[in-house]
Amino acid sequence: MDPVSILLGGLSSGMVLFIVSVGLSVTMGLMGFVNLAHGGFAMLGGYVIVLAMKHWGLSFVPALALAFVVVAAFSVVLERLLYARLYRAQELDQVLFTIGLVFVMTAAVTLGVGPETQVIRLPDWLRGQTDLGFMTYRTYSLALIVVGTLLVIALWLGFERTRYGARIRAAVDNRRMAQSLGIDVGRLFTVAFALGSGLAAVGGGLGAEILGLDPNYPLRYLVYFLIVVAVGGLGKVTGVFFAALLIGVLDFVLKLYFPKGGTLFIYALALMLLLWRPQGLFGRKSA
Amino acid sequence: MSPAPDALQRRHRFQWWELLPWATGLAMFFAFPNYLSFGTQLLVTILFALSLDLVLGYAGIVTLGHAAFFCVGAYTVGILAQQLGWNEPLSGLVAAGLAAGIVGLISGFVLLRTHGLTLLMVTLCTMTLLEQAANMGHAWTGGFDGMPGLSFTMILGLFPFDVLYFKSQYLYSLSVLALGFVVVRTLVYSSFGQSLTGIRENLLRMHAVGAPVRGRLIVAYGISAALAGVAGGLFTQVTGYVNLAVLGLERAAGVMIILILGGHGRLYGAFVGAVAYLVLEHLLAKAYPTAWQLGLGLTLVAVALFARGGLIGLFEKLRGAR
Repeated sequence: MDPVSILLGGLSSGMVLFIVSVGLSVTMGLMGFVNLAHGGFAMLGGYVIVLAMKHWGLSFVPALALAFVVVAAFSVVLERLLYARLYRAQELDQVLFTIGLVFVMTAAVTLGVGPETQVIRLPDWLRGQTDLGFMTYRTYSLALIVVGTLLVIALWLGFERTRYGARIRAAVDNRRMAQSLGIDVGRLFTVAFALGSGLAAVGGGLGAEILGLDPNYPLRYLVYFLIVVAVGGLGKVTGVFFAALLIGVLDFVLKLYFPKGGTLFIYALALMLLLWRPQGLFGRKSA
Repeated sequence: MSPAPDALQRRHRFQWWELLPWATGLAMFFAFPNYLSFGTQLLVTILFALSLDLVLGYAGIVTLGHAAFFCVGAYTVGILAQQLGWNEPLSGLVAAGLAAGIVGLISGFVLLRTHGLTLLMVTLCTMTLLEQAANMGHAWTGGFDGMPGLSFTMILGLFPFDVLYFKSQYLYSLSVLALGFVVVRTLVYSSFGQSLTGIRENLLRMHAVGAPVRGRLIVAYGISAALAGVAGGLFTQVTGYVNLAVLGLERAAGVMIILILGGHGRLYGAFVGAVAYLVLEHLLAKAYPTAWQLGLGLTLVAVALFARGGLIGLFEKLRGAR
């Protein structure tokens, strides 16, 4: 494979990692809540898309939108009813609660839909190859790169240029100070949580082509999503973006050249990086 | 003497009911001769959960990678037996404990400078690294297939491993568990154990009174790793095989669930949790695997929300309310 196609392949899987993980980064940064169930929302999104396309005959893009809305709404219910009780709890309780939630989601999907891998049928205009002038490449991967880039620009603008984003940044930096200034961090968190879970759902659907979709999805990719967030830094949209691209490309290259145990290097790198900079590559040292 | 110092002075003494688990363990040997294979597995799991209790329950180190030490112990015994022909079980366990203890001390020295999410991540990464390394080091570890069909010489030169009924394995595991328990119990009630509890409850104050916090944590991590290694070595010896299933996120989460279900930071939590979990799993998991997972998830959510302290905590609450 030539370097450009390797780069494009890695970038497209990095975009998927970014779309799924960005919500996790913001919610963990806001509340310090260790949410191991985030991948579960991505999986649920994927299943909503599969079911909506199969039973209601929805086409791909409306199904994505539906998954966003459904999962975001569902996550708000969970957040208000259950997550909110554990904000002040110890990490251990949060870990247990979210692992339990993953088990419940996995079992519910297995019972309701079945244990087999699901395939999301892409519409015709996303299949095949696109001529880039100097080379041709899979249309879908290119579309992922475009969507991911647009998304990071939108999120960056939302974070850096709106009052709402400023509030989130303030709360991530110093929650108590933000609260003293009259920012309702709880409300902020609910909205960020819904948005993040909805984005994860979209990522689960968009990434089904690359990551697959089956009931074990949340546990299998848990470490990957966490590494992206930890490397990118908590509550940092651009940090998560670059971390996701870095890990996506690295993973693609390593799997290509060292199919056996290539992921070893990713874990080793992540480990060393976290020991060197616990706040992540792009994160700022917390106060 | 006034009641408070009196109670503090007496609490490390053995109570009559502390004989119960061991009496039950022995009674099981005679009552259920056909279930000794399951019983042996249960005893190994209790020892593993007990080792986790020392770091998670007492020292308050939230780790997701404890299965790494179980794996080091299990593979140490396996590699010694298969590659070097060292089949003597007791020295094998000592080697497993030493190897895991050394790995624990070194990794504790490196990893315990972090905390919170980062600590969770680095322990998880370390375990995954070991998993990949065991998978890649095919010549030594047998890769994905592991090392099947390991055999060991007689325990103390007297009791052969009983492949069919697990009789000697059961008693052997029970003895090792009893030894491990005495170590943990002594440790927990020692001044060392008290300082661990202090670190868990109020880190700042422990620093302020001049306790060597990091050193204590590293030593506790090392001891706990050694115990987990012994549990892993025991696992390899009694089952006669070792493969990649001894580690991984699911095993690490599993032992954590067992401990929390029973009640962490309580000596007998590992016992109660392992019995409850494994018996239920034995009865349900094969017939209704999905329902088992669903029930397990719901139980975890419920424990995290309402019953911090697990089954023993619940029992204490009921007794206190009466």
